[in-house]
Amino acid sequence: MPTSPSEPAGRAGRADPAGPSGPATAPTPAPTAAPAAVPRPAAHPGPAAAPVVASAHRAAPARADLAIVGAGPAGLAAAVTAAGLGLRVVLLDAGDRPGGQFYRHPAPGLGAARPEALHHGWAEFATREAALRAHESAGRITYLPLHHVWTVVPVGAAGARRGHGAPATEWILHAVAGHAPEERAVAVTARAVLIATGAYERQLPFPGWTLPGVIGAGGAQAMLKSGLVLPGKRVVVAGSGPLLLAVAGSLAAAGATVPAVVEAASYTAYAGRVPALLRNPGKLVEAAGYGGALARHHVRLLTRHAVTEAHGTERVEAVTVARLDRNWRPLPGTGRRIPCDALAVGHGLVPQLELATGLGCAIRRSPDGTVALELDAEQRTSVPGIWSAGETGGIGGAQLAMIEGELAAHSVAGALPAARLTRSRARLRAFADAMAAAHRPGEGWTGWLRDDAVVCRCEEVPAGRIREAADDLGARDARTVKLLTRAGMGWCQGRMCGPAVAALAGEEGAPDRRPLSCPVPLRHLAELPPAGH
Amino acid sequence: MHSPRSLVGGTPVAAHEITFDGRELPALPGQSIAAVLWGAGILAWRTTREGGAPRGAFCGIGSCFDCLVTVNGRPNQRACLVPARPGDTVTTQEGTGRADLAV
Repeated sequence: MPTSPSEPAGRAGRADPAGPSGPATAPTPAPTAAPAAVPRPAAHPGPAAAPVVASAHRAAPARADLAIVGAGPAGLAAAVTAAGLGLRVVLLDAGDRPGGQFYRHPAPGLGAARPEALHHGWAEFATREAALRAHESAGRITYLPLHHVWTVVPVGAAGARRGHGAPATEWILHAVAGHAPEERAVAVTARAVLIATGAYERQLPFPGWTLPGVIGAGGAQAMLKSGLVLPGKRVVVAGSGPLLLAVAGSLAAAGATVPAVVEAASYTAYAGRVPALLRNPGKLVEAAGYGGALARHHVRLLTRHAVTEAHGTERVEAVTVARLDRNWRPLPGTGRRIPCDALAVGHGLVPQLELATGLGCAIRRSPDGTVALELDAEQRTSVPGIWSAGETGGIGGAQLAMIEGELAAHSVAGALPAARLTRSRARLRAFADAMAAAHRPGEGWTGWLRDDAVVCRCEEVPAGRIREAADDLGARDARTVKLLTRAGMGWCQGRMCGPAVAALAGEEGAPDRRPLSCPVPLRHLAELPPAGH
Repeated sequence: MHSPRSLVGGTPVAAHEITFDGRELPALPGQSIAAVLWGAGILAWRTTREGGAPRGAFCGIGSCFDCLVTVNGRPNQRACLVPARPGDTVTTQEGTGRADLAV
């Protein structure tokens, strides 16, 4: 139960949106005649009081106390904690099962008897999923899988998005629900929003990385965890970051031969950060577990090496692995070929921020070179009414994400969290920062990027054209490169090539700016009510 | 011999089939189209608009759009996200998959 009756920031003085809503079929909810003082959630027991979802096909909604975007470790932990504190929660997630990417697991129909065999820390997920189901049947959480939120807009205060004028008093989350061609437009109204959108993988291109059989390290893991499939029989794992060890361990346990894990950084870089390591004995045990698994499967770990080229015509047949200097520049004459039929590659993770940056949330630079959200001690963003937890605040792993989700839930509910949560967050964040710094890409990596290598996979733009835009045409940032070359203009909206284009343009990497976070059918946009409603 | 199945144990509810470019492929309930194709050793199911280069799944989580494919005549579906349904007809997508709209 809440220990404080105070409403979260951004709730005071709420005002209903002015005027009637658009046509009856509009996905935006009609205003309701709720009193200015928001009743406590306890006044709404039972399933009938659960926040109703608005859509072109359903009735107008009530509003939730808290809408959470993302049912990964952070969002799931936040949802069950907030519901336990008495809030009415709507949990929206793009996936069809809770857990996010980290706790991705096979669909029930696949009949996996031991899904935990693919995971570290499965019990932490299983207890929270059970809590989610209990809250769901009690009507405290409305869980909406297969709902991809594409934008969040403030209601009740024009100009609140950029910090001008009064703070917004509630928010509308627009989502695309279901699979094509039957997607539906759905809108959810809430007084507070927690953005727990996680991360996607950072890729640094190299010649041949578009060949079939070259896949993201996280992608290989995701396909294995959810579909129980492997991309090949002999899979090289390469890039940088601790995820590689987990991926190699999973692939080997599932029957693949992993000839090598190729890590661009040096794990001795951790030695300079001993205090953060010593404060996290659990993380050392986890690392030792991965190390043991690799040894058991006879996997070689090559540090300060990189895959500098993938070879093949219709699919990858081999990779060239070369030694790197301290700055990740490949050393001439050190390349050697490793035959394989797949390559799983990734260079850490990038926080997925477009919903937050679209709202004007302040950002910060992480030690790994990515952009993350600036959050306060209560997981609040700089925009009143918007919280965030997990990878969006800086890559830190599932354990940290769950703690941050719980802290955010307490803050939204106006409840005091247990001191151990705050202590654990500080300890795990220190470890994450040490790790992020150790795996930050060195500037020399572009040394393996030949001019003919594709950088933008969608628009098929080679490195040479991007260098030309930067060196001859004066482009100094990714946006100008995009206007000159189309790099970053394709389906993925620069998620795959963004870090590389920024590096080639001599920029440190800009925050996500994507007005639509996923493809939205035009009919959904056409059905929106006119602006101002 | 280790396999993903031997790792997690159990048995699927009931297998079904989809076709890919006319070839029948076994599918398990809950698998994405990309997973069914990987399971059959198929890694490419699209050719690019400019270079006609083969592509398949890359990010595996719906972010990269490299795994676009034509399902039941509808192009540009993300194979890594779309569940394989019994009887689905999956075909290699060439370019935009909209040759019918070419001028």
